[in-house]
Amino acid sequence: MMKPLTPIQPYAPRIAAMFCNWCTYAGADLAGVSRLQYPANFRVVRVPCTGRISAEMILHAFKQGADGVWVSGCHPGSCHYLEGNLYARRRFALLKNILEYAGLEPGRLHFSWISSSEATKFQETAIAVVETVRALGPATGFLAGIRREVA
Amino acid sequence: MNERQIFIREKAARLLSEGRVDRVLGYRKGSVPLRDAPFVARTPEEAGELVWSSFCLGNVAKALIGLPGKSAVVAQGCVSRNLAVLLAENRVLRENLVIIGVPCLGMADPAKVLAELGGREPASLVETAETLTVSGPGFTKDLKRQFMLRDNCHTCRHRNPVIHDFLAAETGPETGLGDIEKTSGLWEKFTPAERFEQLQATYKDCVRCYACRDACPLCSCPTCFVDQSDPQWVGKTQDFSEIAAYHLLRAFHCAGRCTDCGACESACPQTLKVRRLTSKLERDVRALFGREAGMDPSVPPPLATWKTDDPEGFMK
Repeated sequence: MMKPLTPIQPYAPRIAAMFCNWCTYAGADLAGVSRLQYPANFRVVRVPCTGRISAEMILHAFKQGADGVWVSGCHPGSCHYLEGNLYARRRFALLKNILEYAGLEPGRLHFSWISSSEATKFQETAIAVVETVRALGPATGFLAGIRREVA
Repeated sequence: MNERQIFIREKAARLLSEGRVDRVLGYRKGSVPLRDAPFVARTPEEAGELVWSSFCLGNVAKALIGLPGKSAVVAQGCVSRNLAVLLAENRVLRENLVIIGVPCLGMADPAKVLAELGGREPASLVETAETLTVSGPGFTKDLKRQFMLRDNCHTCRHRNPVIHDFLAAETGPETGLGDIEKTSGLWEKFTPAERFEQLQATYKDCVRCYACRDACPLCSCPTCFVDQSDPQWVGKTQDFSEIAAYHLLRAFHCAGRCTDCGACESACPQTLKVRRLTSKLERDVRALFGREAGMDPSVPPPLATWKTDDPEGFMK
């Protein structure tokens, strides 16, 4: 029997993660320093606040080939800018609804509150996000045409 | 119908001749039947051209943004709510605004009327509160207004102006006969794959002329996200990912501000059901935050404010 030239890789989801500089980003750092294992399927974009994240950014990630998007920031009441995450909470509630209304599978778009001390919550959430997206497989609906050809 | 038009003309002429406003924003007879055009009357003589019909389909609140001086606006329920949105966003100052309120009977959809005519060309139109009488070469047809209404006018919940300085007629019923709850969440019963098929079926013929954006009284950014080149959020191709991105983001930018006035859908040259996404967002804003856009000019729009107990069931 002929051996395949390259070993067949198991499917690895690509997830765009947007973390608030003041909490989740540091929480991920603490998880690393504490040697907590978590899957490495997400690419982190560090943002100053979840209030900085617009609908454009999240949809753009899906267009550019992300299989999932994970946004994480500070718990309500502990925003570095006092209320950025509270505006973001309203915005994300509507955005998640409208994207899922338009055919995005529930489980592709994740939001969480993780503070800089919650390394174990970071680890648990990272595993949950990656495994949910892995189970869904590659996202194709909103993928840009030029990416669809090479996917 | 006619009493409204007479009132609008008289009031506009008086406001202009007394110098209380620099212009009156309203509608005049369109160059084709079944479509009246937004119009700016600047002199008392021009005020005589103002009309009120079932085909005043644009939203004149759009024209107000950035105008110097004082303006009067002819406003039915939805336009008055858009004025309230502009006031809440400090786009317009109340002292520069005179609102000629018009209790609305619902606007008609030209496509629905044309479908009744079976290819015959309408030349003129006479209307009463219940019927539209369309006539052309060799035919006259009576149509029931109720069946000719635009989708959003059928499900309208605020036909009477919410803010006004003058009222052109006695206030009438607040609602059309339709139920917005039945039509605003049409795709909720489907699976994600079926929803995406519905999205494709609804928007695939979009030619990206951006007429819906240009007609929208909320779209007033100096540079629209579709015109930005770096970062380029929406590409210029007819690929469905770009079409979907445009319509989803346009709808999202209107979230909490959209009054379901239907200007976008009336402006669409492809007669797409442009409101599918905006009316879903309007429904969500009502359900999640208990707010309807433009009901009170003293309250900030729902996405420009927050409460400590906002819903967060979707958060991990």
